[in-house]
Amino acid sequence: MAILPILRLPDARLKQVSQPVREFDQALLDFIADLDQTRRAGPAAVGIAAPQVGRHQRILILDCSGRPKVRAQGHLVLVNPEIVHWEGFAIGREGCLSVPDFTGNVIRATRLQLQAQDPGGAPVTLEMEGFEARAFQHELDHLDGLLFIDRLVSRRTDLFSRKVT
Amino acid sequence: MTDWTMLTLVGQDRPGIVARVTRVLCEAGCNLGEASMLRLGGNFTILLMVSGGACGADLAAVLAPVAAQLGLRVHLDPVQGGLHQHLVPNVTVRVAGADRAGIVADVTEILAEQGFNILELESDVAGDDARPVYIMNIEGHCPRTLEDLKQALSTLAARGVSVAVAAVDLLIG
Ligand SMILES: [Zn+2]
Repeated sequence: MAILPILRLPDARLKQVSQPVREFDQALLDFIADLDQTRRAGPAAVGIAAPQVGRHQRILILDCSGRPKVRAQGHLVLVNPEIVHWEGFAIGREGCLSVPDFTGNVIRATRLQLQAQDPGGAPVTLEMEGFEARAFQHELDHLDGLLFIDRLVSRRTDLFSRKVT
Repeated sequence: MTDWTMLTLVGQDRPGIVARVTRVLCEAGCNLGEASMLRLGGNFTILLMVSGGACGADLAAVLAPVAAQLGLRVHLDPVQGGLHQHLVPNVTVRVAGADRAGIVADVTEILAEQGFNILELESDVAGDDARPVYIMNIEGHCPRTLEDLKQALSTLAARGVSVAVAAVDLLIG
């Protein structure tokens, strides 16, 4: 296993859309192991996506189980993930391994239904909520060449939405 | 270490203020740091960290023509510290209530007693002139537990102020 170098803003490769995984082979498993080791080596990241290490395939890893008061499903490796259904939205604060020394507020859906494949290629469906759902959306964005800074909102967004209610 | 100047500019709002001011600073060889630029009650306000290039009295001279043209008042302060000193908030406090004298002081005094360091505060007056409503969002860092903070702020409810406290769970991914 190896810790892979993480691409950092303004590397143009972070803006590139990733392609679906077709070959579920040993090379894929080896890469996933490296990707996870890379995530663990960083500053307490709850997720990582393949394009963050320059591999433009639709693979992401999540693990929110270490967070207190967070309902999470443990360590998840999701290949070719898609959102089937979403509900609700909330503002939360995010940072990124690829954007050091900056955090900001982003609106995300609060409940998700997903489908994906596991590292062996078997279909999986799952539901997520809250912090874990936020982490998933952050990583899914990486697969589509988007960073959280592309979705920043001001505190005033919330302020004004309250004004009209 | 880089020397930074905190530049404050205030004037009647109109399109083009940021473009004109930052072009002048760029041509004077200045680097821009963190900034807050906001329309407040018909005024446009700029708080901007500037370093390098023209500094001090020079910077005032550099900005004088554009400030005169756009009707901006300029204030310069040499400041300690520079970039990459972010503190991440762990608590957000939302306040809403009938606008009255002392509402901000009431809330922030309690926060200060709890060791709450305000990193960002935005407030506005909603409603209308007859029944103004004060709305305030605060993000900050507090060493106390959320429960302690809620307990300390609970006295405000009796005074007609609604206060919601929530943890900020920073996500890195
Ligand atoms: Zn990220």
